[in-house]
Amino acid sequence: MTAIQETPAKDAGAGVRREALYFALRNGKLLAGFGVVAVLFLLGFAGPLVLEAADPNAYGSQPMAPPSGEHWFGTTTFGQDVFAQFVHGLRTTFVVGALGGGIAAVIAMAVGFTAGYRGGLVDEILNMVTNIVLVIPTLAVLLIINAYLGVRSVPAQALFIGLTSWPWAARAIRAQTFSLRTRDFVALARLSGSSTRKIILREIAPNMSSYLFMMFILLFGGSILIASSLDFIGLGPTEGVSLGLMLQNANQWSAMQLGLWWWFLPPGAGITAVVGALYVANVGLDEVFNPKLRET
Amino acid sequence: MRQYFGRKLLVYGLTFFVAVTINWMVPRFMPGDPVSSMVARAGVSNPGAVETMRTYYTNLFGFDQPLWKQYANFWAALLQGDFGISIWVFPTPVSEVIMGAVPYTLGLMIPSVLLSWVVGNWAGAFAARRKLLDNTVLPVGYVLTAMPYMWLAVLLAWGLGVVAGIFPVAGGYSFSLQPSLSWEFVADLLHHWVLPFLSLFLVALGGWAIGMRNMIIYELESDYSNYLSALGAPQRLIRRYAFRNAVLPQITGLALQLGVLVAGALVTEIVFSYPGLGSLILKAIQNQDFFLLQGTFMFIVLGVLIANFIIDIVYVVVDPRTRAGMAGAQA
Repeated sequence: MTAIQETPAKDAGAGVRREALYFALRNGKLLAGFGVVAVLFLLGFAGPLVLEAADPNAYGSQPMAPPSGEHWFGTTTFGQDVFAQFVHGLRTTFVVGALGGGIAAVIAMAVGFTAGYRGGLVDEILNMVTNIVLVIPTLAVLLIINAYLGVRSVPAQALFIGLTSWPWAARAIRAQTFSLRTRDFVALARLSGSSTRKIILREIAPNMSSYLFMMFILLFGGSILIASSLDFIGLGPTEGVSLGLMLQNANQWSAMQLGLWWWFLPPGAGITAVVGALYVANVGLDEVFNPKLRET
Repeated sequence: MRQYFGRKLLVYGLTFFVAVTINWMVPRFMPGDPVSSMVARAGVSNPGAVETMRTYYTNLFGFDQPLWKQYANFWAALLQGDFGISIWVFPTPVSEVIMGAVPYTLGLMIPSVLLSWVVGNWAGAFAARRKLLDNTVLPVGYVLTAMPYMWLAVLLAWGLGVVAGIFPVAGGYSFSLQPSLSWEFVADLLHHWVLPFLSLFLVALGGWAIGMRNMIIYELESDYSNYLSALGAPQRLIRRYAFRNAVLPQITGLALQLGVLVAGALVTEIVFSYPGLGSLILKAIQNQDFFLLQGTFMFIVLGVLIANFIIDIVYVVVDPRTRAGMAGAQA
């Protein structure tokens, strides 16, 4: 009996997926956005391996050299190769985005699903917590924490960013869960004795999977921007390179006044390209999943 | 309406409480001994001086007292406006140092936030469902929102300041001038204000334009718009109705974005060495001036809470449903 019912349902699921893929491959925004991200991702992960430069912060013999065949992006006042730093910085950027965005997404889902599905007092309390974290200016809290704890590694920085940037996503998930939990299929699952955990994971979450994925992309981009601000203020990781730290160094050593444009242009352009491409891809995804928005 | 404000004030009150608690807790519960790490960071080698610093810091934080008493004392000092003494500009009280910087930050933030909101909403509403405009406003908007605030600031400072030489790139006013109420000083102040203002304005602009565009498209597809156009209402009228509905989420969005906007202002100030809170934070970090940093934190939280409350009031004024006690805005 169940087997008979399940087969057409699975077919329908595959059909939806095939349809999504069909529109995804024809969506310029999505392809361009993910294309740019993929290229920068490859550069960030393969680049450091290919360059084989042990330490991108190592001082070189040619300070303040403009871009050339030897130093593609020129060198800093200390002779550091800007391209090597850029490539390592890109890697850090992706790590911060994935970790910070991932942690934030997990917290947002835990809070949002619980609050939206349970309702009542649990919802009231979680909602209050969400609102409080939402109102507190994130960067100011991170300033205090980073200044006292002295964040050394990139993962630690990403952890703190993830812990503070989830509220808006939790709110959105809560609202979606709220509208889904009164649907018939959820009631049916409850009648058949499924546990709350199972209902949320098997019935509710898959029905908003596209939404969750898009939310993760926005959290990913947001983490990158917050991390770059922290780095720039001087509270970034003390070990390694990041695009934000490059900007901070350029600013601190007056690259602008000295006319070393090759020092401060690449890191900012890198961040803008990654985050911007993610946003554009997100719009493309929205059009793929939401037939109303498709351009005809 | 009373319930609406009551809920909001409860959240803000709790937020303030949490912020103060964080501010109190972080130095006390961080791993290791804060006093010895602060003494170590000061880099004093004279053993007599080290001992003096140690007792000074212990007394300052009141570490020799029971925890609940430390907490109570912390609140008591806070409510009296006592944030401690700054180490960077010893012995000026922290509150005085911050008060000197707040006008610059506010003077930069209030115009840039409001103007970018108004212009961005206008541009977004104008571009929605107009193919040609949409294709220019949207990409520009995405590039602007994806930009880190400090990078656009650096670009503007380099392009318009260093290369073109039109605007000064550092400071709130020329070093040769003394703050006074003369025309010369005000003109100089404005001249230094243009670039930081412009970079804050531009980065925020993109987000508002995109948000408004999406909202307008959503509203133009709703039933009331279709009904109006079926009745033969002019397109202008329908757009005006759509705009009025679409502006409400944008007001809520302004409240949600406040934290990001403050962060943007802080890093922009650092780029331009603008004498506001951002530069103060940088100085505090460089000089290990923790009281100044904590005081600035409290001020930012307070400012964001006040701004949130003002936005709530505006929302009630703009949206009649909240006044009638209907479910207009959720807390």
